Amino acid sequence: MSVTVQIPTPLRRFTGDSGEVVVEGDTVDAALADLMRRHPKLQPHLLGDDGKVRSFVNVFVNDDNIRYAEGGATRVASGDTVSIIPSIAGGAGGEDRS
Amino acid sequence: MTVAAGSANADLLGRATELPHLTAAELRRYSRHLIMPEVGTAGQRRLKASRVLMIGTGGLGSPIGLYLAAAGVGKLGLVDFDSVDESNLHRQVLFSETDVGRPKTVAAAERLHGINPFIDIVSHEVRLDSSNALELFAGYDLVVDGTDNFPTRYLVNDACVLSGKPNVYGSIFRFEGQVSVFWGAEGPCYRCLFPEPPPPGLVPSCAEGGVLGVLPGIVGALQANEVIKLLVGTGEPLIGRLLLFDALRMRFRELKLQKDPHCPVCSAEPTQTELIDYQQFCGVGEEPELGGEGWEIEVEELAEMRAEGRDVTLLDVRTPEEYEIAHLDDTRLIPLHELADRLGELDTTERFVVLCHYGPRSLRATQMLRDMGYEAVNLAGGLDAWSERIDPTVPRY
Repeated sequence: MSVTVQIPTPLRRFTGDSGEVVVEGDTVDAALADLMRRHPKLQPHLLGDDGKVRSFVNVFVNDDNIRYAEGGATRVASGDTVSIIPSIAGGAGGEDRS
Repeated sequence: MTVAAGSANADLLGRATELPHLTAAELRRYSRHLIMPEVGTAGQRRLKASRVLMIGTGGLGSPIGLYLAAAGVGKLGLVDFDSVDESNLHRQVLFSETDVGRPKTVAAAERLHGINPFIDIVSHEVRLDSSNALELFAGYDLVVDGTDNFPTRYLVNDACVLSGKPNVYGSIFRFEGQVSVFWGAEGPCYRCLFPEPPPPGLVPSCAEGGVLGVLPGIVGALQANEVIKLLVGTGEPLIGRLLLFDALRMRFRELKLQKDPHCPVCSAEPTQTELIDYQQFCGVGEEPELGGEGWEIEVEELAEMRAEGRDVTLLDVRTPEEYEIAHLDDTRLIPLHELADRLGELDTTERFVVLCHYGPRSLRATQMLRDMGYEAVNLAGGLDAWSERIDPTVPRY
């Protein structure tokens, strides 16, 4: 099954600036595992020490959050889009100096 | 009263039993709204009766404030404790060159009053926190979140849920934006989507990652649009939907959001019924203290070392883009996020002075180098301090 994973801006530096990566897999877990095989540096940003998707990262299959489906076991079909939605906080512009 | 297009949502202005009338001058000013059936005189009177609290008057707050003031929202509250900085001006279109250094709420109130003298603008020059949020929110019908950090976003969400008010949310990063209407009484809240914040330092801030100047203009205008629809009671608000915008690829996408039946604040049986310590919740201030005695040198010491030709390697851990703006001669560039993978390139017999823009990133790099057995010190104040105190020909940014 070929599915397209949408990579959000904060994580694109780990995918060589790709906004979309086509991967293989018939569940969300399998698709993300294939994504991390292709781009290993993504792993610490997506998975916690327990091997599960980190709580502050949301994964959607097409329009729906997998948290309200079957989580990582949610099935994906060819042509589906898997989106990774991270927390972003920017807006006002008074951030600390880095 | 009847609302032009009607709305399935609770009436935000239920408190206003009688809507204010429009003066002759207001009828002229708002005529293009009045002739639209979706707003009409009734909708414009609702806007005049409305009280909106804006959290943040920066990138997002600029278009939000400009459009809400122009649209005739009766009372506009501005919360910000910051002053206008030169580096704000590429996107914070509320402010002018002459505003640099002035408190944002003061400069913003002046500008908005100039756009629409018929509305009431209230400046709250405070840092929003758990001790003042509920009292502040009580004087308003709706809150617009245009802040820039996780603790304040969770605080705004929880205070909105606890006071039953909609939270018109917008957030940006580099060239990507998110917009939604979080309203616990009518749908999911921010916590339903993001139960927990990311650990500090994992998500770069706009100060570190940069932001396309026009992006907050677009995202803030979308927020203003949602505010006006909610107040007038027309159209389909973004409740239960997350709008994603990618300015680089010019794409809008929409995702469905659900109310979390176990949400600690907005579910039927909440486990959190008051505001908490959001700095602690977001782990701010809990990072291990970095550095110590002999960990840092001042720019004057570095100048001396360079003048004496001492054998040290200057390691710059900023991004290549920052390096291109300004850098010191004879430095090595390894961006902080690549450092762990590229340690092998560094010789353990060398002595390193590590620098970044202002110092925090190079302190993390210094820690990493010391942990791996390298001799390294951090340049306090970074390249900015060097430009300020040693060599003004190195541009500041």
